[in-house]
Amino acid sequence: MSAVDDITPGALAPPASRAVPRLLIGLALVLTAFVVVVPMLYIFHRALSAGWGVFAQNILEPGTLHAIWLTALVALVTVPLNVGFGIAAAWALARFEFPGRKALLVLIEIPFSISPIIAGICYLLLYGRTGLLGPWLSGMDVKILFAIPGIVLVTMFVTSPFVVREVLPLMQAQGSEQEQAAVTLGATGWQVFRRVTLPNIRWALLYGAVLCGARAVGEFGGVSVVSGSIRGQTMTLPLQIELLFNDLNIVGAFAAASTLTMLALVVLVLKAVMEARR
Amino acid sequence: MTSGVAASSTPVRAKRVLPGFGLTMGITLSYVGIVVLLPVVALVLKGAEIGPERFWAIITAPRTLAALQLTLTAAAMATVFNAVYGLLMAWVLVRYDFPGKRILDALMDIPFALPTAVAGLALSALFAANGWYGAVLEPRGIHVVYTIWGVAFAMAFTSIPFVVRTVQPILEDLDPQYEQAAITLGAHPFTIFRRVVFPAILPAFMVGVTLSFARSLGEFGAVVFIAGNLPMKTEIASLLAVIRLEEYDYNGAAAIALTLLLIALVLLAVSNLLQARALRYKGRGA
Repeated sequence: MSAVDDITPGALAPPASRAVPRLLIGLALVLTAFVVVVPMLYIFHRALSAGWGVFAQNILEPGTLHAIWLTALVALVTVPLNVGFGIAAAWALARFEFPGRKALLVLIEIPFSISPIIAGICYLLLYGRTGLLGPWLSGMDVKILFAIPGIVLVTMFVTSPFVVREVLPLMQAQGSEQEQAAVTLGATGWQVFRRVTLPNIRWALLYGAVLCGARAVGEFGGVSVVSGSIRGQTMTLPLQIELLFNDLNIVGAFAAASTLTMLALVVLVLKAVMEARR
Repeated sequence: MTSGVAASSTPVRAKRVLPGFGLTMGITLSYVGIVVLLPVVALVLKGAEIGPERFWAIITAPRTLAALQLTLTAAAMATVFNAVYGLLMAWVLVRYDFPGKRILDALMDIPFALPTAVAGLALSALFAANGWYGAVLEPRGIHVVYTIWGVAFAMAFTSIPFVVRTVQPILEDLDPQYEQAAITLGAHPFTIFRRVVFPAILPAFMVGVTLSFARSLGEFGAVVFIAGNLPMKTEIASLLAVIRLEEYDYNGAAAIALTLLLIALVLLAVSNLLQARALRYKGRGA
């Protein structure tokens, strides 16, 4: 081992002294334990601090159950729409040259740079009573703010780059020779997509969808502005956590949080599996 | 991240052969237009409606200034932590082998995977007087909850992956021959890091630092739990914007939001510039 280390850059310390690597590894482990691992363990510790019975009671509490249902609904609407958008945008951007292409790329990435809370404020200013579209929509009796459509729209804003960002680089790297060959052989556009493109991009697509779903479930800032936080109606799970926290039901808040933490851990495992397959 | 590869690879011929341009372009533009562009335009229009004088008055009001100052200072503190911690983690994960390395690597993604409200709840309870950390720190007079330290810690937690994940691949690709040459010439390990390794990873490191700072500025969920949100003291700018909304002071909310949006866009431009430079640097090296 040490003979190899002599020439690899890893062995910056002279072979006699392995003190520096040990110190750095130790520091990395201790810091990560304090900053990342303990907070996560603490969530489960507090959620179960009053026993499994209370934990189950907290999860099955009507407000929390409703929040779980609403959060799942928002994710189930957002993810398919985002997958559709991701495929369309990746196809247009990877397979064609057109004026304004660079600008469109920047525009697609913009939600990553905008704080979700600002996105929420944008939506309130657009659909609010005095907003750009507010009066027109309320004239038609369409309710967007403080209702499920608003929550879905803000979640779509926040998650919109996720699928494109995974699929586009892959499609660019793969090139379009196979697709062109298929077209030359008489395949229709739909056939080309389903038989040639989709099998090539399916893992990246799934990966993007998983990330998008995880983000949709966890969105807090943007949703908190447009949801109106109506108890039992427009509370998503992250909002419910804040509500329970403010109600000083800390164990209940941690019980709700532990479900999201479990989901985050599942996402990390899926991510590892999919990265290995791509 | 995509823009670097973007321009070159598409053959012009594809335009004529492949179908679906109209359909996919239509879907893309409608989605981006309705979901992203329209709301942002609403904010910009609202901001323009206020007029420069009132805008300035809102931004320079003591409470707004205090909020902006807290946000920027705490974000800077968080970024300094992440710059050091991120560099350490990238170095340790790329250069050393030790048991549990893959788990440590996977742990770096937790702050992105964990919803920010969950992180905020966990951190605020940990640092509270009866929490695991607070029980140790509070008796010694170190207060984290309801102080700028708590705000900075929450921001740091949620932006941990940026520096690690931007530096890591560059460090992996680094050609070892220059370091080997430096070792042969008898350079001190720290000199080698400072003179050989660090200049090579600097562009990526700066991109990571910029992204980390931008994310910290925009962080909301994790911060509101731990900050206590006392006006003039621990109230971040985005929360003040929300408070203005709740008071039906739409001008105030729009002015603050627009200021934050401008800062975010400037940071985005800086990170794109740095990224372009990093790619050029890489291209020259290869």
